[in-house]
Amino acid sequence: MTVNAHPQSAILGIPRPTAERGLVSWLTTVDHKRIGILYGITALFWFFWGGLEAVLIRTQLAFPNGQVVSADTYNELFTMHGTTMIFLVVMPLSAAFFNYLIPLMIGARDVAFPRLNAFSYWMYFFGGIFLNTSWFVGQAPNGGWFGYASLTEHPWSDMYKAGTLLTHHGIDFWTIGLQILGISSVVASLNFIVTIINMRAPGMTMMRLPVFVWMTLVTAFLVILAFPFITIALLELTFDRQFDTMFFNATKGGFPIYWQHLFWVFGHPEVYILILPAMGIVSEILPVFSRKPLFGYPVVVFSGAAIGFMGFTVWSHHMFTTGMGAIANAAFSLTTMAIAVPTGVKIFNWVGTLWGGQIRFKVPLLYAVGFISMFMIGGFSGLMHSSPPGDAQQQDTYFIVAHFHYVLIGGSLFALFGGIYYWFPKFTGRLTCEKMGRFGFWLLFVGFNVTFFPMHWLGLNGMPRRIYTYPADMGWNFWNLICTIGVYTMLLAFLVILHDLLNGYKRGAIASNDPWDGRTLEWTISSPPPVYNFATVPVVHSRDELWYRKYPEAFHDEAGHEAPAHGDDHGHHDAHGIHMPGQSWFPLLASFGFFIGAFGLLYKVLLVGVGGAAFGFLNVYLWALEGVGGYEINPEVES
Amino acid sequence: MSELAANGHHEEVDHEVGCLGIPHRKIMMWAFLGSDCMFFGALILTYLVYHHRHTEGPFPYETFNVVVTSLSTFDLLASSLFMVLTLAAIQRNDIKWFRIWCGLTVLLGLIFLGFQAYEFTEFVHEKGLTLSKNLFGSTFYLLTGTHGTHVAIGVLWLASLLIYSFNGKFDAKRALDVEIAGLYWHFVDIVWIVIFTVVYLLEILQNAGVPKA
Repeated sequence: MTVNAHPQSAILGIPRPTAERGLVSWLTTVDHKRIGILYGITALFWFFWGGLEAVLIRTQLAFPNGQVVSADTYNELFTMHGTTMIFLVVMPLSAAFFNYLIPLMIGARDVAFPRLNAFSYWMYFFGGIFLNTSWFVGQAPNGGWFGYASLTEHPWSDMYKAGTLLTHHGIDFWTIGLQILGISSVVASLNFIVTIINMRAPGMTMMRLPVFVWMTLVTAFLVILAFPFITIALLELTFDRQFDTMFFNATKGGFPIYWQHLFWVFGHPEVYILILPAMGIVSEILPVFSRKPLFGYPVVVFSGAAIGFMGFTVWSHHMFTTGMGAIANAAFSLTTMAIAVPTGVKIFNWVGTLWGGQIRFKVPLLYAVGFISMFMIGGFSGLMHSSPPGDAQQQDTYFIVAHFHYVLIGGSLFALFGGIYYWFPKFTGRLTCEKMGRFGFWLLFVGFNVTFFPMHWLGLNGMPRRIYTYPADMGWNFWNLICTIGVYTMLLAFLVILHDLLNGYKRGAIASNDPWDGRTLEWTISSPPPVYNFATVPVVHSRDELWYRKYPEAFHDEAGHEAPAHGDDHGHHDAHGIHMPGQSWFPLLASFGFFIGAFGLLYKVLLVGVGGAAFGFLNVYLWALEGVGGYEINPEVES
Repeated sequence: MSELAANGHHEEVDHEVGCLGIPHRKIMMWAFLGSDCMFFGALILTYLVYHHRHTEGPFPYETFNVVVTSLSTFDLLASSLFMVLTLAAIQRNDIKWFRIWCGLTVLLGLIFLGFQAYEFTEFVHEKGLTLSKNLFGSTFYLLTGTHGTHVAIGVLWLASLLIYSFNGKFDAKRALDVEIAGLYWHFVDIVWIVIFTVVYLLEILQNAGVPKA
């Protein structure tokens, strides 16, 4: 292997970093695989953090008249639990898979804009820190993850201490923190749209893309089209709070209900932003462990796209009880029932994939099948509240809590953990322990159902959400205790899974390039992949390209002729070598500037706000001026 | 799909053309503009939702000076023409006329911002319309202020390209940089046409019979 370095230019005396290992190499990395790993580890950290918040919530509710936390702390806990799990865990964990896998699956060198990709990660990194700084100043967000006005407006969001009203900055941490995370998500999505549309290897037509890539594309479009609504909503709320405007302040003529519309126009597509990547992962796992092509590939793809479109037409089903009127309720009820159709189609396709396959029940398949069954339970309870009269009974009860945890844990999280187990050999070059993995899965499966299934009954018995305690004579004591036992089981399960992953990383058996008999391009290269990904640009002939190469006899066309010979299989080998972009400090420094500026906006310190933003923009400028840089690498080509 | 972006590029200029035959950065800008449409859509929606929902003045029809805003609108639209000429100049490698047209585009952008600064000052001091005065103030300033911020970013962007063009290496190979800045600039102009129509012109039509206060 030969490497030709480009002359490295220094900007303002800052030399271009070239470290290959150590802290600096991670801080300045532009490699999509490393950024994917950073996303994954950061998301898992917040996952345990948000999980501890959930454990505290359930400990408080284990017995009636709980005394573990105060009512104020309880409000902060459920707000931060929801915000953390959605914006700091599920979205970035999906982003970890996008980053690591999309270039590998489409046969590309990297994403379209490697430094912009690093910027997305660092905005997420600092956004998470910004939000959680609120705990350390003792003013965590306390208005629920959807922050309904008027609870988020002064003076209702403020606190009485010893008879005087004191400003509480919790909501400011929430509004500004979510803006930082929103920039991260939108920028990353623009990057993935360009990557997927424009960087596919020769022969990788759109209808040969792995389903995970398709779902990523739909998700990215949802992000860029839905996030502007919460950006505006949060901007208006920030203005209400910092500059005394009146967008959602009812006492000055604003409509609190308008916040709900803006929030849910974002919030419902957000639900699909959380679930579509999970559906993509499951669609990758099932064919491999059934040894069959995905059943009805085009239908799965079109259903995913249909869900994306229809996701924008259902937002008001979150607001059936706000008095929108019979016509609006009926319309949104119909659209909500309709969106269950493409979702149901996918379920049948997954079952069809398993049907008649040579099934190997490895850990990833356990999670995938767990996903299908648990997601269906969540889907059915979702259908129940698509009916406005039914919803009127269920609104703001534990029935809703049960519903969305079945969708988000039994759905998204099961699939994401299945994805971790499935691609673990590719990420680390090692295998996890099959026995320990199974044990972790079943413990999680049982713990999850013990925690959340009883919440259906609690909800139908009238237990409301977001109450910090309840009296002993409501008939809720038994099931609340069971739920709490369940949550401790889940905590144990996640520790087992974490132990299994760490153990696999340190001591696991060495994995081959293709340990599962995989079907897609990422399994054609070594585990873990080399820094340049593909020594030669792959040429794609089939939706299941690796199977096409391994088992050409299985790819007869309809007339019985053999598949065309592998004419130009060696792909394009560029004599100049593969261009590797240079590392850069500026994505990190720019994000850091905006992070500091955010504190200035929060505490209304002009110098810090303007100074931080100016430092951020200065680094964006330097980033533009430093150019792509980098070096050329000439890997040995196997023939 | 013959040449793949991943093959790398050996010139200093970063014009990666992908399998659609379109440079990455151009697709990126179009996708971003799609996102920005929703952004302005939400702001205009907010303005319309709260239109005439306040009982306390000042009201739009007694605040706007449509003659002045028409002039600034004409100014911004003219800048779009100069933007087209800027791009045409750099594409034919005419660096002198690139600088002239680009400078004029920046100038007209600055004049528009000057009009806006004048308008805001007059509204606050003469008409008593502040950000927190009533819903009209809140929605009007946030909408037009956000648009003004977009114009200011465009001015900075084009001015940066103009300054950058004096480094001696700026030629037709950098036309894509100018084209992408141009896409953004035209978008910001088009948004202003919508805002001018919805916020100012419809107000005049609606209140054609109302005498000015």
